[in-house]
Amino acid sequence: MVDARDRGVLVPAVISVPLIHNEDELRRYVDALSGVDAVGVESRVAKLGTRSLKKSTKLRAIDLAISMVDLTTLEGADTQGRVTSLCTKAMRPDPSDPSVPAAAAVCVYPDLVAHARRVLGDSPVAVASVATAFPSGRASLAVKLLDVQDAVEAGADEIDMVIDRGAFLAGRWGLVFDEIVAVKAVCGGAHLKVILETGELVTYDNVKRASWIAMLAGADFIKTSTGKVGVNATLPVALVMLEAARDFAEVSGRLVGVKVAGGIRTTKDALKYLVLVNETAGGTWLTPEYFRFGASSLLNDLLMQRLKQRTGAYIRPDEFSGD
Amino acid sequence: MTDHALTSELGALSYDPAPESAGIARLQPSYGLFLNGKFTAPSAHEQFASLNPATEETLATVALASAADVDAAVASARRAYTKVWSKTTGAERAKYLYRIARLIQERSRELAVVETLDNGKPIRESRDVDIPLAAAHFFYYAGWADKLEHAGFGPNPQPVGVAGQIIPWNFPLLMAAWKLAPALAAGNTCVLKPAETTPLSALILAEIFQQAGLPDGVVNIVTGDGTTGAALVDHPGVDKIAFTGSTEVGRLIQERVAGTAKRLTLELGGKGANIVFEDAPIDEVIEGIIDGIFFNQGHVCCAGSRLLVQESVADEVLRRLLRRVDQLRVGDPMDKNTDVGAINSAAQLERIRDLTAFGEQEGATRYTSACDLPDKGYWFAPTVFADVTQSHRIARDEIFGPVLSVLSFRTPEEAVAKANNSKYGLACGVWSEKGSRTLWVAQRLRAGVIWANTYNKFDPTSPFGGVRESGFGREGGRHGLEAYLNV
Amino acid sequence: MSERLDVKKTYKLVVNGAFPRSESGRSYEVATANGKFLANVAQASRKDLRDAIVAARAAQGKWWGATAYNRGQVLYRWAEMAESRRNELVEQVQWCEGLKKKEAQLSVGRAIDRIVWYAGWTDKVTQVLGGANPVAGPFFNFSLPVPSGVIGVVAPQESSLEGFVEAVAAPLCVGNTVVALASELRPTPAIVLAEMTATSDFPGGVLNVLTGITGELVSHLAMHEDVDGLDLTGSAELADELARLAAGSIKRVYRPRLNDEENPLRRLRTFVETSTVWHTIGQ
Repeated sequence: MVDARDRGVLVPAVISVPLIHNEDELRRYVDALSGVDAVGVESRVAKLGTRSLKKSTKLRAIDLAISMVDLTTLEGADTQGRVTSLCTKAMRPDPSDPSVPAAAAVCVYPDLVAHARRVLGDSPVAVASVATAFPSGRASLAVKLLDVQDAVEAGADEIDMVIDRGAFLAGRWGLVFDEIVAVKAVCGGAHLKVILETGELVTYDNVKRASWIAMLAGADFIKTSTGKVGVNATLPVALVMLEAARDFAEVSGRLVGVKVAGGIRTTKDALKYLVLVNETAGGTWLTPEYFRFGASSLLNDLLMQRLKQRTGAYIRPDEFSGD
Repeated sequence: MTDHALTSELGALSYDPAPESAGIARLQPSYGLFLNGKFTAPSAHEQFASLNPATEETLATVALASAADVDAAVASARRAYTKVWSKTTGAERAKYLYRIARLIQERSRELAVVETLDNGKPIRESRDVDIPLAAAHFFYYAGWADKLEHAGFGPNPQPVGVAGQIIPWNFPLLMAAWKLAPALAAGNTCVLKPAETTPLSALILAEIFQQAGLPDGVVNIVTGDGTTGAALVDHPGVDKIAFTGSTEVGRLIQERVAGTAKRLTLELGGKGANIVFEDAPIDEVIEGIIDGIFFNQGHVCCAGSRLLVQESVADEVLRRLLRRVDQLRVGDPMDKNTDVGAINSAAQLERIRDLTAFGEQEGATRYTSACDLPDKGYWFAPTVFADVTQSHRIARDEIFGPVLSVLSFRTPEEAVAKANNSKYGLACGVWSEKGSRTLWVAQRLRAGVIWANTYNKFDPTSPFGGVRESGFGREGGRHGLEAYLNV
Repeated sequence: MSERLDVKKTYKLVVNGAFPRSESGRSYEVATANGKFLANVAQASRKDLRDAIVAARAAQGKWWGATAYNRGQVLYRWAEMAESRRNELVEQVQWCEGLKKKEAQLSVGRAIDRIVWYAGWTDKVTQVLGGANPVAGPFFNFSLPVPSGVIGVVAPQESSLEGFVEAVAAPLCVGNTVVALASELRPTPAIVLAEMTATSDFPGGVLNVLTGITGELVSHLAMHEDVDGLDLTGSAELADELARLAAGSIKRVYRPRLNDEENPLRRLRTFVETSTVWHTIGQ
């Protein structure tokens, strides 16, 4: 009996990703990627949704999910007071239980970054800022780059940019690519998340292509949504993005993280995403370094489930802070 | 950003056991036959044990129906046909079948547990596939019972009479539904012989017939072995035989029925070709290949047991496939996270081992999943043979287990030729993003079922059956009525 | 000791899964077949009709988007509900049609069986009315029945339950949504049956039922451009004029014929469109 590994068949694919010099090269590379069958994706997601996580697996997964939360407030009505509450919660989600991990980051608008930085001090919680005329992205490149610069200078550790969906849907992939490269250049040491706004891209084929364009252009993370449109993160979209990140890592040697944002409210949902990660991209992505949840109310549901797992009783929501 | 090792440990988050509760099954220690609306006393018959193939423990003992028992069952079905069922209007027959469908839905969890314990298939499959499809089959045919004049068989098609139905062990309840629902809808009465190793869900179905108030004798169930089946096939009081099982046994039955007036339909074996073109959606095609051969442990007549992959993408497909195979969770069928369960019997396991041994002898390259197998029970690790050609036995013989043979092709014509190079003709798969080519290939494949960009999909409205030595006759859809009407 | 005073029922409209009174606030008296006061039933206005049509249109995508199996399940559940509350329906039919109890029970039994009959059609219509076509060229060609959309139904005036079921279940089972005007003088059996859609997993807006003065409402229904089909069974002497009005937006119109008993699928066929697809076949 010949072991698979002896035959070398499990060695990653030989194709390596080329440097992209122009839109033609980008088009050729991205067009050569295989399509996505929607029915197939959705049925795989449905099957993985039946995974039953019990006991220690569930507890471990809940803690992992908590540590992956980018606690978010992106409202016109945000104030310093609001951001203070958010940061405090991110650092210590449950004041009565220090064993609860901290959230990965807080996510705010650029003009509140400095305040968030002050409140967080030297805690391990990162400051992520949206930028590039979030959420629509409809502004000149110069304005979008200034937006990024402001956030970086104010102390942001992470930048969540939006791609130009209009350009993508009009087939101007070179423009989308170039903008990401330009933004990455002004990020300095901050890591760059590229929001694809998958709800506006609509098809899985588009999500796959946009994912590859972003990764080829230097994204550190690809992110589903701004949370500001009708359709945000969905499990099938996340599956397509995780497969893309896995395949990109094989051909380029570079790991790109995946962030799902918008509409993820319950522990049940969060755990389904973790199952997807576990059975698609795998263990390497099962850390806050390579997987994030952009959410706000999710955190309290995770805390409730965590407490329920330990005490056996359903918890009153007021047990936790409303922040 | 540091570069980690690129082997990304799929399944790094290990799942704790998530067992379904066997107590939901409520099994009796022993069962008699279901004759004339009642269960006969177990003590009136020789008994044999039905085992749980995952543990080798006895679940219950069931009756071994003798020739005399078969005779009584046929007589009961005949009486019920003449006196009751042929006088029951289509609308009334429909309402009985709707009740049965509803009862299956109500008792679905119990039925799923019984099915998994008796067959060895994962509880996820019994729960999400077998039982819902069984209920749906009764729902669908219930609706035909009072619409036969619209089915395309003339203004007033009549039933055949008494149907003798012999079903296999791979989808016990679902196969019972496939046989009984159209037969009853069309106005026939039935004698059902469940498979020797999986009689239990049919006996629960008998309880459901009682709860539905189905008139006595409309369905009779004779559990037993090959001798019971033979007695049914040979019985002169049976108007129609329906058989699902191996081509080997199908030939014998066809021989015995030849020269009699009995109608016959056969649903036999297959060696399904799953054809993957270079433009197939790569991640979904891997899932489709897996679904095609490892679903139900490969115990599927229409399994995609031959992968025909276009040579230009063969290496990449194989690489991704093997990575995925290692990820399959093989083990306790009662665990909700299990993907692949137990082989149904010791006999079947031996057959799989024997046939698989040929593969290596013939020079194919064998890959075996790195999964752990339990100590007790009947298990076979998912296996892939690469570098297989049409002249290998493992490309020609039906193994009926979790074993895939991988062959390659260059052009669509070659794919079609290789796919058709078989005495079977049950099912095929075609994977491509180009619709015109998929349809071109489908038109030329000699198969009763062709799945495009999917595999192993079943629906009560969709006719299923084979060509050539995979059998004749169709089950499901409007076409599925034909076997049970005198047309 | 005096007999217990019963709680009288208020009959409302059924629109978009809710049970509103008429926006006009009007009602009219309905009497039993024996002339006794039955109820003040809502007198629907053209605005109620407009709202019902909007609801039906909004619900149609979801109803047709569900699987045929699911539609069959919903209709069968409606039959289950009707069966479990058949005594109420028997009473209604007795009051409205003046039938004796035994006759009323048979009538209700037939009505329920008719719902069951239509429930069984949802996943078979395609097989009977559709199919592949052997065109003379390298094409895969197939025809499928798709629902016309929103069907306006003027329910029979006399047959207050059986006739109502026949008129609404046929368009529903092929994927249309329905706005029905119940019999003017015998509206309550239809309302009671329509109430049961609330416990049968019907999405709101799939079946809407208005009570009122038929003559006041029908011309608006016939002229409303967002109604795709019209069943004029209950419109009596107004039918010809309504058929002419319906022509304004090329509605599919169903009117009773003498040979209807021999053609039980005609209603169903009137409210489907045949959609034919061609796909090339080639390497």
